Amino acid sequence: MTATAEVSTGSRGNQPPVPDGAITVTLKVRRFNPEFDDEPRWDSFEIPALPSDRVLNLLHYVKWYIDGTLTFRRSCAHGICGSDAMRINGVNRLACKVLLKDLLASGGKPTTITIEPIKGLPVHKDLLVDMEPFFEAFKAVKPYLITYGNEPTRERIQSIADRERFDDTTKCILCAACTTSCPVYWTEGSYFGPAAIVNAHRFIFDSRDEGAEERLDILNDVDGVWRCRTTFNCTDACPRGIQVTKAIQEVKRALLFKRV
Amino acid sequence: MQFHKYDVVIIGAGGAGMRAAIESGQRARTAVLTKLYPTRSHTGAAQGGMCAALANVEEDNWEWHTFDTIKGGDYLVDQDAAEIMAKEAIDAVLDLEKMGLPFNRTPEGKIDQRRFGGHTRNHGEAAVRRACYAADRTGHMILQTLYQNCVKHGIEFFNEFYVLDICLTETADGPVCTGAVAYELATGEIHVFQAKSVVFATGGFGKVFKTTSNAHTLTGDGMGIVFRKGLPLEDMEFYQFHPTGLAGLGILLTEGARGEGAILRNASGERFMERYAPTIKDLAPRDIVARSMALEVLEGRGAGPNKDYVLLDCTHLGAEVLETKLPDITEFARTYLAVDPVKEPVPVYPTAHYAMGGIPTNVHGEVLRDNDNVVPGLYAAGECACVSVHGANRLGTNSLLDINVFGRRAGIAAAEYALSHDHVDLPENPAAAVEAQVALVLSEHGQERVADIRTELQATMDANASVYRTEDTLKQALHDVQALKERYSRITVQDKGKRFNTDLLEAVELGFLLELAEVLVVGALARKESRGGHAREDYPNRDDTNFMRHSMYYKQGDGLLADIRLDYKPVTFTRYQPMERKY
Repeated sequence: MTATAEVSTGSRGNQPPVPDGAITVTLKVRRFNPEFDDEPRWDSFEIPALPSDRVLNLLHYVKWYIDGTLTFRRSCAHGICGSDAMRINGVNRLACKVLLKDLLASGGKPTTITIEPIKGLPVHKDLLVDMEPFFEAFKAVKPYLITYGNEPTRERIQSIADRERFDDTTKCILCAACTTSCPVYWTEGSYFGPAAIVNAHRFIFDSRDEGAEERLDILNDVDGVWRCRTTFNCTDACPRGIQVTKAIQEVKRALLFKRV
Repeated sequence: MQFHKYDVVIIGAGGAGMRAAIESGQRARTAVLTKLYPTRSHTGAAQGGMCAALANVEEDNWEWHTFDTIKGGDYLVDQDAAEIMAKEAIDAVLDLEKMGLPFNRTPEGKIDQRRFGGHTRNHGEAAVRRACYAADRTGHMILQTLYQNCVKHGIEFFNEFYVLDICLTETADGPVCTGAVAYELATGEIHVFQAKSVVFATGGFGKVFKTTSNAHTLTGDGMGIVFRKGLPLEDMEFYQFHPTGLAGLGILLTEGARGEGAILRNASGERFMERYAPTIKDLAPRDIVARSMALEVLEGRGAGPNKDYVLLDCTHLGAEVLETKLPDITEFARTYLAVDPVKEPVPVYPTAHYAMGGIPTNVHGEVLRDNDNVVPGLYAAGECACVSVHGANRLGTNSLLDINVFGRRAGIAAAEYALSHDHVDLPENPAAAVEAQVALVLSEHGQERVADIRTELQATMDANASVYRTEDTLKQALHDVQALKERYSRITVQDKGKRFNTDLLEAVELGFLLELAEVLVVGALARKESRGGHAREDYPNRDDTNFMRHSMYYKQGDGLLADIRLDYKPVTFTRYQPMERKY
């Protein structure tokens, strides 16, 4: 069902000068534009790159100098905004946080890097997917501080130990790398997925929050935490180093023992 | 073409836009139009902290914060605005805490505070612990917390809607803002949003430079739209270079590292800031530190094989401080330079970071159409705006403060204006200009590539209009930018489709960058003095007689090659007379 296009080395006039120390790598990219294409295909591009280049630099090279129709999201380019999660050589990574030197074939053999959109969300165009189902799951877990009663005039007091308890899950940048690495999510899109649970965890274990029960009820649902099969793909995929599976286990335990 | 009608339209969903939306959305029917998903905004890249004189860990008060802000801005700050910001900072931090922001805590459980550049006790005596922080991801936590609260309040977002124009309706009393026109990235469709008030919160334009901490998407769209409407921009020559960008890459390493005790060293290991700022040393304001670093390199004391950077030494802080208080920058150094800050100093060099100038507003966020009059219904806040609380140089943490204080103010003002006014008719054919613009970019013009023009723009701006400037370098930059503008008229994009056409998007963004780069350079040429972030080698001193005034730029005529008219606006003083700036 997939066609492989011919290797393209550039059709847009002069290429920029090749820097010293550059090597040639092949970028094999999954392409699909429903506006014009009936089916997805693979395109390959041979491009010069430095070992210190990020995969995002390689994609930009293609877009800027070879094929302007190649489409992907990106913004900050250093792993903070969460725009450019994609499958790089079969695993979910941010394109701006993977360096070419870590993907080079051993023994000086030619390097091919495969790039696909993250799985489990509808593809809009090339590497750009529909993020709406992902954000809907996030919103469904009430990802905001819930409190009752009068607000204090100054800040709420929270001990260093209490603050530490949910520190890990505050790092989430909502890139969807975890959720779209989860085999359960691939087959059952109704599952909330790891990212939503991470963000529920961030509030359930915040000593200032009074909405833990509401959120735990939501996550006790058939599409909630019990779908998790502890495959650890999510933890491996997280570009922020969050212990995702551990957070999900903590939510499960809170449900089992009715306390956080 | 699709048509929508709202009370308030907010353009941009970073810190300022979402802070405005939380206020406006609870008062009036509000839509937020944003080029990016809200959580992708560059507020999330801010690291070190947000200053407020909470006095949680040592004596402090907001008057000292006001003074530091004014002195830090080299006295080009409008002092009434700085007073408001420093005073409202305390509630701004407490509001965020109540919204759920997970600040680091003191042993008593209060919000912890750390030192930051230019923030001092009692008018410069010593560095003060004023910056409230969440590790080194304070901006990330602000962006997430504001987005979470937008979800809580059911704020309506139009994600990946790229606003390309605003609607101004002429009335007997001058122009009134009546809406905005957006290009929907998913479909290529044009949308007209009629509104009683419109708030710009579109961020900066760091991508005019090559070495920058800014995101690819920071292309000055809001400033560019306003400028093309014949409305002024203010103080665009004042661009901040953050001292500690990862060398060669520009990725930000927070000033909070120095706040925690890190030290800048030259090739011989000397703590060179002792020579330039004897009292507060490495915690001098950013303009001073950036110039000192550039001088060390120019005078041959730079480190590395090409002697082209200096070193940020964190090794004495210990692994625990780095892993708990500065985890992200520790990881950036490891990931992108393969340098472990626990064991070795990190190569750093100034990186283009922040626009002090922007769309002129008053303290309610109302946009000025000249020195004395506002455009009813039009507001701006955050980096795209110029209140001016940053003057010639912004202090670290004051941008996160600015977006919260003035984002909130603009949101309230926009909603209150909408509630007390009726819709004014849109101008005829409100979408015509945007339809023509999109059609023009998609048509064939010639062989010029967007990437080539952008690369050359960034190269000339880095070489000729960065930390140090002279008449010659600026003239070179102006010549280059104007030549690039001419070439821009001959660009052709490859993607002609309607669906997520980011090729088209980048071409439009480049148009804004070229225009804003020219304004920056024209302003820098005209300002024959050195003040804050604007350092002229040929005019090394501050000249209060001739230049204690804001620059105001107006576009004369249509088209990318139109002229720029330069005018001036007085600085507002309350109680601080200009003094020599020493640290």
